[in-house]
Amino acid sequence: MYVLGIETSCDETGVAIYHPKQGLISHFLYSQIDMHSEYGGVVPELASRDHIRKLVPLIKQTLLDSHLSSRMIGGIAYTAGPGLMGALLVGAATARSLAWAWRVPAIAVHHMEGHLLAPMLEENAPQFPFVALLISGGHTLLVRVAGIGDYQLLGESLDDAAGEAFDKTAKLLGLGYPGGPKLSELARHGKPAFTFPRPMTDRPGLDFSFSGLKTFTLNTFNASEKSAQDKADIAEAFQTAVSETLVIKCRRALQQTGLARLVVAGGVSANKQIRAALTEMVLKEKADIYFPRPQFCTDNGAMIAYAGCQRLLAGQQQDLRIFARPRWPMGELSNCQ
Amino acid sequence: MKLLAVETATDACSAALSIEGAISERYELASKDHTQLILPMLDGLVNEAGLQPADLEGLAFGRGPGSFTGVRIATGIIQGLALGLDLLVVPVSTLAAIAQDYFDHHDENVAFVAMDARMGEIFWGVYQRDAKGFAQLMGEEAVTPPGLVEFPELSGVGLGTGWGVYQAALLERLGDQITHFESDHLPRARAIAALGQRGFDLGQAVPVEQAMPVYLRDKVAKKESER
Repeated sequence: MYVLGIETSCDETGVAIYHPKQGLISHFLYSQIDMHSEYGGVVPELASRDHIRKLVPLIKQTLLDSHLSSRMIGGIAYTAGPGLMGALLVGAATARSLAWAWRVPAIAVHHMEGHLLAPMLEENAPQFPFVALLISGGHTLLVRVAGIGDYQLLGESLDDAAGEAFDKTAKLLGLGYPGGPKLSELARHGKPAFTFPRPMTDRPGLDFSFSGLKTFTLNTFNASEKSAQDKADIAEAFQTAVSETLVIKCRRALQQTGLARLVVAGGVSANKQIRAALTEMVLKEKADIYFPRPQFCTDNGAMIAYAGCQRLLAGQQQDLRIFARPRWPMGELSNCQ
Repeated sequence: MKLLAVETATDACSAALSIEGAISERYELASKDHTQLILPMLDGLVNEAGLQPADLEGLAFGRGPGSFTGVRIATGIIQGLALGLDLLVVPVSTLAAIAQDYFDHHDENVAFVAMDARMGEIFWGVYQRDAKGFAQLMGEEAVTPPGLVEFPELSGVGLGTGWGVYQAALLERLGDQITHFESDHLPRARAIAALGQRGFDLGQAVPVEQAMPVYLRDKVAKKESER
């Protein structure tokens, strides 16, 4: 069964076709980042307006590239949440009516399940069970994954997501939007002049908190001379603090669950220092680490096609109602085994 | 032709199927449930007529103005259908649909349509019945404060939610050109279907890539350089 996957939960329009035996057939992404950067952040209404301009041309492009006839598409998967309501609705309405037109089943996919399963698209895919760290602009989660839909939340951020902390800190340092990658670039020129706290690592548990770190960064910045070198040093100290916090929590999660596989996904997992630090820790723990390819770390249609395909194969599908949930706890997902 | 029409731009949610001009419609006033209702409505209409989706020959939708999200639900639905069934689409003004439905059921030839656009503004359009009974736009549609609306020297009925919220300002501006006003009229799919069929007859149908919303209010955020 060829499954068409559609992702429109935030500021990227993603479309892909996946087949359970042949793997990923085709995938395309359109990013709205350039448009939103003029506004200093994602403007939800503009995101929705852009999705409705770009989605259908992107579906056509993906079909064309796949060399498949539309009659061969056996199901349609769409991101139903969490995300921006207006943006989700564009993908959900289009996907659901397209499935009705084609007389094929439609499945609503949880965006974070997509991220969680993105490493399954790689040749060296992890076996279940594993521990997954999801780090993006909207989420910071540690999850024990026993199978498709069998997720146990181990810990999550109690305030800002890791990516959000990166973006806000970057904004404070005057790096523009989206600041995460720019902050990371600036950190390369930083010297270890400051030591920032590693939030919530001095107590048991797997939850995160990054808003205090953001405030600490602000105070340090205001107390500095705000020179270019100060900025680079602060960027370095901030990134190291986030990175080491993630390392401590992931090590704890592996030890606590007794598992030897760590999957790292979500937009922040493209950060090189974080990748390197987690890889080093996992080696010491004699465990294995898995990352999606960089282009599937951020939002994409391929992970939605994959996750939707697994659920369709398990016999799940949605009725004719258009399903969009801006807030959708992962714990409410059904087991697929 | 067999034409399917949807309208979700306001609190009203409706779908209509026109078969050689004979229109059947599903209509519900359900401000938050459009996503739950619209596809079952379409499915019901098509099944009831003994048709399959693939039997459809044309599409029409309320392209706005109206609620941004509501307009995009109709647009998304229609884009999915147009892509999936390889059909052309006629985007129909929601303001025209309000006028058309009134002309179809009342002896009136001119409608001053005002839909509440919030932020002290209305979506505004003046429509006149043409020789064949279809609502024809006079001038341009606009999003405007009610006290600044532009209009031709005609007399007729005031229609739409804008007349409920801004009747004083509108009446002061239009004076005795207004015979009376009715603020409870919302756009509905039977009028979208009628105007959609008319659009096909006039060769105004467009491919899916051009089936786009019309928001009228295009400035929705300030760039950093404008703050």
